[in-house]
Amino acid sequence: MSLNHNLSEEQILLRNTVRDFAENEIKPFAKEIDAKEEFNYEITQKMADMGFLGAFSPEEYGGSALDYLSYILVVEELSRVDGSQAATIAAHNSLGVGPLLYFGNEEQKQKYLPQLAAGKLWGFGLTEPESGSDAGNAATTASLEGDEWVINGAKIFITNAGTDVSIGSTVMAHTGTREDGTKEMSCIIVENGTKGFTTRVMKDKMMWRGSNTAELFFEDVRVPKSNLLGNQGDGFKQMLKTLDKGRLSIAAMGLGLAQGAFESALKYAKDRKAFGHQLSTYQSTAFKLADIDMGIELAREYLYETCRMADRGEKITKRSAIAKLYCSELAHMAANHCVQIHGGYGLMKEYDAERFYRDQKLLEIGEGTSEIQRLVISRAIGCYDQEKFY
Amino acid sequence: MNILVCISRVPDTASRIIVASGGKTIDNTGIKFVVNPYDEIAIEEGLRLREKNGGTVTCVVLGTEVSKDILRTALAMGVDKAVIIKTADDNYDSYFTAENLANYAKTLNPDIILLGKQSVDYDSLQMPSTLGELLNMPSVSVVTKLTIEGTNVTAEREVEGGKEVISSTLPCIISAQKGLNDPRYPKLPDIMKAKSKPIEEVAAIEVAARVEIVGLEMPSKKRIGKLVTDSEVDIAEIVKLLHEEAKVI
Ligand SMILES: Cc1cc2nc3c(=O)[nH]c(=O)nc-3n(C[C@H](O)[C@H](O)[C@H](O)COP(=O)(O)OP(=O)(O)OC[C@H]3O[C@@H](n4cnc5c(N)ncnc54)[C@H](O)[C@@H]3O)c2cc1C
Repeated sequence: MSLNHNLSEEQILLRNTVRDFAENEIKPFAKEIDAKEEFNYEITQKMADMGFLGAFSPEEYGGSALDYLSYILVVEELSRVDGSQAATIAAHNSLGVGPLLYFGNEEQKQKYLPQLAAGKLWGFGLTEPESGSDAGNAATTASLEGDEWVINGAKIFITNAGTDVSIGSTVMAHTGTREDGTKEMSCIIVENGTKGFTTRVMKDKMMWRGSNTAELFFEDVRVPKSNLLGNQGDGFKQMLKTLDKGRLSIAAMGLGLAQGAFESALKYAKDRKAFGHQLSTYQSTAFKLADIDMGIELAREYLYETCRMADRGEKITKRSAIAKLYCSELAHMAANHCVQIHGGYGLMKEYDAERFYRDQKLLEIGEGTSEIQRLVISRAIGCYDQEKFY
Repeated sequence: MNILVCISRVPDTASRIIVASGGKTIDNTGIKFVVNPYDEIAIEEGLRLREKNGGTVTCVVLGTEVSKDILRTALAMGVDKAVIIKTADDNYDSYFTAENLANYAKTLNPDIILLGKQSVDYDSLQMPSTLGELLNMPSVSVVTKLTIEGTNVTAEREVEGGKEVISSTLPCIISAQKGLNDPRYPKLPDIMKAKSKPIEEVAAIEVAARVEIVGLEMPSKKRIGKLVTDSEVDIAEIVKLLHEEAKVI
């Protein structure tokens, strides 16, 4: 790394530590985990012991009390080595812990956050079979009957929701109709093991094969009224706020993956010879590597500065969309070049290039597709001010 | 137990080393510095001794202001106290280092001094024995297993083709070899807390240099080998090359 990007002494130490951990405790197993498509409980517990699971949770809830930039460094370093473990950490913190910490009441925080720092996982259920990008149109319903919410519906693609150590999910449900006729959404806490609530692990994924992705089914699930997160009707706002920050962790995954692909491509290009010369001395290879390096340097500056803004409490909606979009497209480019530079070997599972190539694709789809990021940006610059159909 | 661990700050082994202009030092720009890997093992051993016997672990580094960063690593790993013996610059020899470490050790009166078997920067391998001499303490080097019962010390060392078991008594000096333990990773909350812990500063004492580095050189580039097979044509080629190019026959 050529620049330290104004990181503090402890942020540099943290980055070096996570890099060592990822190299020694994850990298040797990444290929096998990917091949078997298995969630690895041992590594998850090791990551919990390191303090990755309660990354920005305050100390009083057993967390590591990191600033947001430090958390992003953790995700970036994990993703440099393995997208699956990075996904577990990014989703757990940004989508699992985040909403409970930002919107939960003291009782809810005390009940869940310490467990979620120590090794238990939590899901964030937004996406449904019939509504992904259009999450505000979710069909899952929750209706108040006496002192209980009764939930019916289904969620799909929910990260970390279906492992043996998952203890619950925050579920966005339709809780009524507003005066203007739009759907009222609220977030409700549902613990695993609640009657009528089942999870099913989704298999045969192309990428993040060591990360847990689950379908959630709700059949007359009854939870106490007090399981409401924040205020009734705030669900959609809470989701947007969660995603604003969450997108920075997807950006970090893109940046880390690009870094990993870059290092592997550069090494290969210097080792491999064709027509009597190292590949890296051919301009078509050298320029690919230069392009990736340029992207990484710029992305890192932009992402870190956006994290600092988030730490200062500034509004980052547009910047986080830009960071997520840019870093995921950078990862796409880097992984593509990485495979190309590896030639035929790049298509074989023996080389990390192949896994990088698959893992990067999710980043252009999860937590808002690239199209949705462009929608957020174009909305922010005023493109639709005259005609409000989004 | 009063435990002293001496650590040094070295370039990460993955760094690209370049000799600075002047030819006597290395160019520090762009280099990532870390705790000397053998010293990390010494820190870990110190922490384990404390966990077993109680007491305190003090970690000391000799160097300029920048060396404080590796003390933060030691603090994040769990040492109780961090000390920097501050030098004006990086130009000093091993004897200077040893005299200064010994001088500090005398003020602390430790039961045990732990350090790495060598620093992977200049590899002078002098510290464990020079310290032993200066402090009049037994010194056991390149240790792969350490057992302490009361004041009895048993240390194992790997020797050519086998192992050697040595017994000694506290206070003593032990230098760590790979295999003694697996150093722990600092945990994230401890990294964040390390920044607010104090680092004690003491000034280095003047010691005249006994040796001087007069030049550093990069290793010469590897000669490009020639690949030949055992076919008859190639054997004739080898004979020709040895005769005409290498001029050995
Ligand atoms: C591995 C994995 C993990 C996930 N984890 C979670 C999780 O933890 N929690 C969760 O809630 N969800 C999760 N998701 C779901 C993910 O967020 C959605 O898949 C994503 O938001 C896209 O929704 P969709 O799949 O329904 O696609 P759709 O919304 O149906 O989109 C299909 C295509 O249409 C485009 N499109 C849609 N609307 C527009 C528009 N207005 N303008 C232009 N183009 C448009 C999209 O960009 C896309 O290309 C995960 C998904 C995966 C694959």
